[in-house]
Amino acid sequence: MIKLDNVHKSFGNNHVLRGVNLEVKEGTSTVIIGGSGTGKSICIKTILGLVIPEQGTITVDGIDVTKTNRDIFLARFGMLFQGGALFDSLPVWQNVAFRLLRGSLAKPKGEARAIAIEKLRRVGLTPDVADRFPAELSGGMQKRVGLARAIAADPEIIFFDEPTTGLDPIMAGIINDLIREIVTEMGATTITITHDMTSVRTIADHVAMLHGGKIRWAGPVSDMDTASDPYVDQFIHGRAKGPIASVR
Amino acid sequence: MKFLAAIGRTTLIILAAIGRVSLFAWTTLTHLLRTPFYPREMGFALLNIGWLSLPVVGLTAIFTGGALALQIYSGGARFNAEAVVPQIVAIGMVRELGPVLVGLMIAARVTSSIAAEIATMKVTEQIDALVTLSTHPMKYLTVPRVLAATVTVPLLVGIGDIIGIFGGYAVATGTLGFNKAAYVQNTIDFLQLRDVVSSLTKGAFFGFIAALMGCYFGMNSGRGAQGVGRATKGSVEAAAVLILAANFVLTGVFFSL
Ligand SMILES: Nc1ncnc2c1ncn2[C@@H]1O[C@H](COP(=O)(O)OP(=O)(O)OP(=O)(O)O)[C@@H](O)[C@H]1O
Ligand SMILES: [Mg+2]
Repeated sequence: MIKLDNVHKSFGNNHVLRGVNLEVKEGTSTVIIGGSGTGKSICIKTILGLVIPEQGTITVDGIDVTKTNRDIFLARFGMLFQGGALFDSLPVWQNVAFRLLRGSLAKPKGEARAIAIEKLRRVGLTPDVADRFPAELSGGMQKRVGLARAIAADPEIIFFDEPTTGLDPIMAGIINDLIREIVTEMGATTITITHDMTSVRTIADHVAMLHGGKIRWAGPVSDMDTASDPYVDQFIHGRAKGPIASVR
Repeated sequence: MKFLAAIGRTTLIILAAIGRVSLFAWTTLTHLLRTPFYPREMGFALLNIGWLSLPVVGLTAIFTGGALALQIYSGGARFNAEAVVPQIVAIGMVRELGPVLVGLMIAARVTSSIAAEIATMKVTEQIDALVTLSTHPMKYLTVPRVLAATVTVPLLVGIGDIIGIFGGYAVATGTLGFNKAAYVQNTIDFLQLRDVVSSLTKGAFFGFIAALMGCYFGMNSGRGAQGVGRATKGSVEAAAVLILAANFVLTGVFFSL
C-alpha cells in the first residue's frame, strides 16, 4: 500500500503541493485527475524519491520511502514519464530491456531482447521498431516504447504519466485495456495520471482529483458521477464555467 | 560597508561552489570503487574521449611545434643562439604546450559534449528515468567518462608531445637547415625523465578536470534549451580555467621544489 501523508512541495514561491493525502491499495488501479500544472506529475515523483518533499511522509507497505534501500525499493517500480524520457543513445529494444540488461535483474542478451519485443508487441509496436532509435519514432510511438519499458521487468507497482496523450483513439483504447489487464491479471498496483475521461472510466478502480495542492476528492470510480463536488463535476464534464478558475 | 558585504557575498558563493564541486568529485571517486561497473559505457567513453580526439590533438600539436621552431629560431638569432631550437622545442612542448594545449582542446571537445549530453538527459528526464530503472546516474554516466578521460588524456598528451616535437623537427630540418640526425639526438639528450613524467601527470589531472566539469555542469543543468546552453558554456569555462590553474600548480610542484 502506498500512502502519502500531508506532503508539501514548492518551487520558489510556487507552492505546488499543499498537504496531499492519498492512499493507494495493493492490487488496485488509481487514477489521478486534475488541471494542467496542478502537480500531478510532481506528486508521483515524490513517491519515487525523484522530488524530495519539504514536509510530509510517504510510505510504501508501511515503510518510509526515505529510509529504505533504494535499489531494492526501486526494483519494485516501473514508471512511464510524461515526456517518454527514452534514452536517445540506445536503440528501442535496449531502452525497453534496460533493466534486463544490467543490475540485479540482468538476463542473457537474447532473452532480454525477446522480452523487449514481446512488450513492444503488447503496446502495439512491430518487431522492426526494435532496432530503431527513439529519435526516429513518432511522439505516440515513443510514448508506447516508454510504456513498454515501464512494464518490461513486470514490476509490482507501476506509474503511468499520461499514457494515452498523443495516441489515436483506437491505440488509446488498446493501451487502456493493457493497463487494466496488468492490474487484474498480474495483480500490479498502478497509479495513472490522465486527462482523458474514457481512460479514467476504463482504467480506474479509484479516482483522486488534485486541485489547489490538495486531493480535492477521492473515491471509487462508480461514485465519481454522483459526487456532489462542484470541482469534480466541472472537471469530468469539461465545463468552462465552474469553480475551477481558468485564465483566458 | 556595501562594498565589504559584496565581497563577503561573492566569497561565500565561490566557497559554496568549490564545496559542491569537491563533493561531486569525491562522490565520483567513491563510486569508482564500488560495483556495478558498466563496461559498455566505459568502452564508448574511451573511444569518444581518447581515440576520436586524436585528429584534433595531432593537428594542434603539429602546428604548435612548427610555429615554436620558427619563433625560437628567429628569437635565438638575435644573440646567435639559433642552435637551441631542438632543445627548446622539446622542453616547451613536453613541459608546457603539450599538456596545456591538449588539455584545452579536450575541454573544448570533450567537456562541452559531455555537459551538453548529460544536460539534455537531465532536461528530458532521462536522468530521472535512469534512477527509476535502478541505475545510479553517477555510476552510469559520470564514472566511465571521468575514468576514461583520466586514463586517455595522458596518452593523448604523450602523443601530442611527440607530434609537436616532430612539427618542430619538420620545420627545422625542412626550412631552417638543421641536420636531421643531430636534431633527433639533441632532443633525446636534452629531455629528462622528469619532463616526461610531469607532462603525463598533467595530462591525467587535466583529463580528470575536463570530464568532471562536463559531468558536474550537465547534472546540475537548469531547465530547457537555455539550461543546456548555460551548462555547456559554464563547463568549458570552468574546465579551461581549472586546467590552467592546475597547470600552474603542477609546474610549481615539478620544477621549483
Ligand atoms: N523542476 C521544477 N522547477 C520548478 N518548477 C517546477 C518544476 N517541476 C514542476 N514545476 C512546477 O510545478 C507545477 C506542477 O507541475 P507538474 O508537472 O506536476 O504538473 P502536472 O499536474 O503534471 O501538469 P500536466 O497535466 O500539464 O502534466 C507547475 O506549476 C510547474 O511549473
Ligand atoms: Mg504532468
